[in-house]
Amino acid sequence: MFACIVAPQLPAELSLTEFAYGFSPIVEEVRTSTVVIDIEGCELLFGSPYELAKEVSERAKKSRTEGGLESPLNVAVAANPEAAIHASTYLQGITYVSPAEELTCLGEFSVERLDHSLINLEKKVADEILETLRLWGVRSFADLASLPVAGVSERLGQAGIKLQQLAAGKTERHLKVKQPAPVFAHSLELEHAITELEPLSFIFARLLHQLCAALNAYALATNEVCVAMQLENRTAHERKLALPHPMRDHKVLLKLLLLDTEMHPPQAAVRSVSISCEPVKPRVLQNGLFVPLAPAPDKLELTLARLAKLVGEENIGSPTVLDTHRPDAFSVKRFTLVTKPDRRKRRQIGNQQCLGFRMFRPPLRAIVQADQGWPTQVSAWGKQRSVYGKVVSAAGPWRTTGDWWRDDRWARDEWDVTLERSGQQTLYRIYKELKTETWFVEGNYD
Amino acid sequence: MKAAFSKAELESDIASRFGDVFKLHEKAVVENLSTGVDEIDALTGGLPRGAISEFFGPASSGRTSLAYAMLAYATAHEETCALIDTNDVFAPAPAVAAGIDFDRLLWVRCAGNLEHAFKAADLLLHAGGFGLVILDLGDVAGKEARRIISSWWYRFRRTVEDRPTVLAVISEEACTRSCAALTLELQGAAEWSRTNAEKSNVLPMWKQAPVIPSLNTPGNLLRHNAIKVSRQRPLSPSINESQFRAASF
Repeated sequence: MFACIVAPQLPAELSLTEFAYGFSPIVEEVRTSTVVIDIEGCELLFGSPYELAKEVSERAKKSRTEGGLESPLNVAVAANPEAAIHASTYLQGITYVSPAEELTCLGEFSVERLDHSLINLEKKVADEILETLRLWGVRSFADLASLPVAGVSERLGQAGIKLQQLAAGKTERHLKVKQPAPVFAHSLELEHAITELEPLSFIFARLLHQLCAALNAYALATNEVCVAMQLENRTAHERKLALPHPMRDHKVLLKLLLLDTEMHPPQAAVRSVSISCEPVKPRVLQNGLFVPLAPAPDKLELTLARLAKLVGEENIGSPTVLDTHRPDAFSVKRFTLVTKPDRRKRRQIGNQQCLGFRMFRPPLRAIVQADQGWPTQVSAWGKQRSVYGKVVSAAGPWRTTGDWWRDDRWARDEWDVTLERSGQQTLYRIYKELKTETWFVEGNYD
Repeated sequence: MKAAFSKAELESDIASRFGDVFKLHEKAVVENLSTGVDEIDALTGGLPRGAISEFFGPASSGRTSLAYAMLAYATAHEETCALIDTNDVFAPAPAVAAGIDFDRLLWVRCAGNLEHAFKAADLLLHAGGFGLVILDLGDVAGKEARRIISSWWYRFRRTVEDRPTVLAVISEEACTRSCAALTLELQGAAEWSRTNAEKSNVLPMWKQAPVIPSLNTPGNLLRHNAIKVSRQRPLSPSINESQFRAASF
């Protein structure tokens, strides 16, 4: 059974839907002033359907402080939602429409009162059908319901059949239940401030478990987790965990969060923790049979987080060459898995090897002996390596300059030299900074 | 009195209680990943997957050129690769010229910390899914490399054993001991050519400089590095040699 509540004089600040939730959790909001509730199984609480309708009407008359609406309502109870809507819209007070006797109650209504929006019928189509019915002399719901179905179908099509079922109160459908918007944020206030990571990890685990359960319930995942902590020194500590792929495994998220907190610890004891996330659709990926194996995204994220903790965030990633002629200009970007092969990038690698170069960072400051400008002896000592020896062959110089308009401009003469030391020959690239007339060893060819 | 058990009866009796402990687990057929250098592939058959390959030699022996070739080949064939750069010596500009696809390369810089390099390698190998992991110990002194405890190498060997990963170690001296399935010694020799001399930005003052005896002309340019490779062990008892050339970028 369904009950339709219509409040024609509902104050704007009150919600009829909220009021209806007091009687049943299954509520469809048809219009602002019209709601339909499913009252199946409410007998234990409110008695018979008529008694429930009476209770609805009486509670609505109560004041706002007592949970009422301070306005009269029309309530109709029927076996299907459409019959209840029609009855409550056009009949005052409480109406009980017995199952299979809808036409006894609604039969006298004019066909003009048929609410075609309930069966998703366009107004233009509905108007055409009503005009036809008027020409046929069909005036009421009962007239329309008594027409032979086959004849209606032949002359008016499926739209006519639907209107006939609507008039007869024989439509069948489920309520379009209005669900509250999902909340993907959880917080916890602590009685005692936490200073160590281990107890904090239990708090994280609990909140993330709830968060991932909510994501699971809605078949969603997240690619961004935000953690906000209120600290004892009245400051806030906020961290944002950006994930390259949507995920909802609370164990992986917990490990990532703990690693991040280890790298960026809060500056004082933690009083409260709140975790929220951005819900997104989960990633669905079908790998090809002939695509080489790649790391699992979840495992890779954990590995990257562990590596970042080990060597520093700035020291891991994919190298990128910058668009400049400045020597050793590069940046490191976040490493992400390439899932789709880029055919434009793929090229045949021939058997033409490129000479490798090992860059000394920072370059070694060198003492270079020169004979009429040609380097003859190179000596350089650093913390990790030392380079010295007699120059047995050399080529150069190649002058490179750039960024003359900036403070960090460069101008230098580069040489390729072979140094001999203890019978071993090694190829180096050395250069002289023109501004300071200082020699450096940049690296060696290998 | 019961007759003495036959070996088969004993084994079946024990196997029924303890499982297939006596069953010999045969290793899967070793797949190889090409190095990207035909000469070395012809010599070795490629890099064995699920094993350690070691390339050692002094500076300028072609270790880095070979690493570039391996990375270029692997990334071009959609393998996810990782380079553990112990001494932060990887130069991206020549690597681009070598054809390495940086989108498939994870670069881990360890700033000279050997312990970090080994821990990073361990993490990457355990993550799985990488086709090629290069541990670059090329600038670690031989004395220090020899001090690396064997348990690290045994651990790596065990980790990659059942995975399609190639762990390539680049070093100055052989240090993986018996754990490497392939060991190559590289010996480089520089060759100089003047074919690209006109491209060099030779200044007038250098043009007037006298020619020194060891050079043909002042405009000579380092052209290519011919690298001699000798295969050591363990696949073949004999020592074979091969040669490849790496041209200047």
